Amino acid sequence: MIQALTLILLCQLAGETLTRGLGLPVPGPVLGMGLMLALLAASERVAEAVVPVGQGILRHLSLLFVPAGVGVVGHVDRLGAEAAWLMVAIVISTVLAIAAGALAFKAVARLTGTDEARDG
Amino acid sequence: MADFAEIWSYLARGPLLWLTLTLVAYVVADALSAWAGRAPLANPVLIAVILLGLTLWGTGTPYAVYFEGAQFVHFLLGPATVALAVPLYLQGARVRRAILPVLAGLTVGSVVAVVSALWIARALGVAPETLAALAPKSTTAPVAIGIAQSLGGSPTLAAVLVLITGMVGAVVATPLLNALRVRDWRARGLATGVAAHGIGTARAFQVHPQAGAFAGIGMGLNAILTALLAPMVLRAFL
Repeated sequence: MIQALTLILLCQLAGETLTRGLGLPVPGPVLGMGLMLALLAASERVAEAVVPVGQGILRHLSLLFVPAGVGVVGHVDRLGAEAAWLMVAIVISTVLAIAAGALAFKAVARLTGTDEARDG
Repeated sequence: MADFAEIWSYLARGPLLWLTLTLVAYVVADALSAWAGRAPLANPVLIAVILLGLTLWGTGTPYAVYFEGAQFVHFLLGPATVALAVPLYLQGARVRRAILPVLAGLTVGSVVAVVSALWIARALGVAPETLAALAPKSTTAPVAIGIAQSLGGSPTLAAVLVLITGMVGAVVATPLLNALRVRDWRARGLATGVAAHGIGTARAFQVHPQAGAFAGIGMGLNAILTALLAPMVLRAFL
């Protein structure tokens, strides 16, 4: 487990260093994710160690949102009149994005014959 | 024996108290969510945030003091982003087979999420620096915080908007996709992960394992796409 955590942190550190150093528009941890994907694909030993630890971290992804979420409480009154407009924008935009994304997936799956309903 | 106020003021100075209470609130919230049959509204993040918010308010604790303890949990958002490589790796074959539909759903979902939010918010008169925090709202928190910071938006506000978006997505996804008659679990999961990141993904896993896997993929790929897309779209809106 300690090797897996070390690799995960090394990927994040490498990602942060590269994005800062090269001025890339991608956040460091995202680049770290790409590096980790390359490592997983390259080595069975890495995959064996990292997969269970990675799944363990992601199983409690909800927990990681809590500290930032508690910040909502302090921010809501500072937003004032904008809070209601932001809620309107978020609700409509989220409904549109889910609908458009799912329908686009479905349409292209049918076009390319990768429809799972057809696969059985 | 020291009195309660003395013990409290001692504990409130270190990170142990608020770290522990963060975990306690989450454990309680998760149990309540399970007890409610994982109903969309009984979201564990929402419940834990309310419990902790009430505790901070009741004890007059500033957020900065709370965060000194909670930062250890918050820090894990970075490693969790790196760990998103794991579901991508495990579902590699299935994703490669569905690569075109995945890219279509990802691109359309991601563009609609950013453009529609900025368009509606600007039309309603929301300030430009708030738009910078709103642009990455559909991507996972650590990435959204990074994007918002690089665009000159408030990282805390970005995290708040991400959290609200995730909650909204987790609540609306099931009834919305039923109404649209989308039965493909891959399509349902991917769209939810793209629009509502980790909280949407956690919801998708509650509904169907395949939906959950594709939601994780949608969240992971949208982290990259939004990082590239949000600055361009925001520039067009300012």
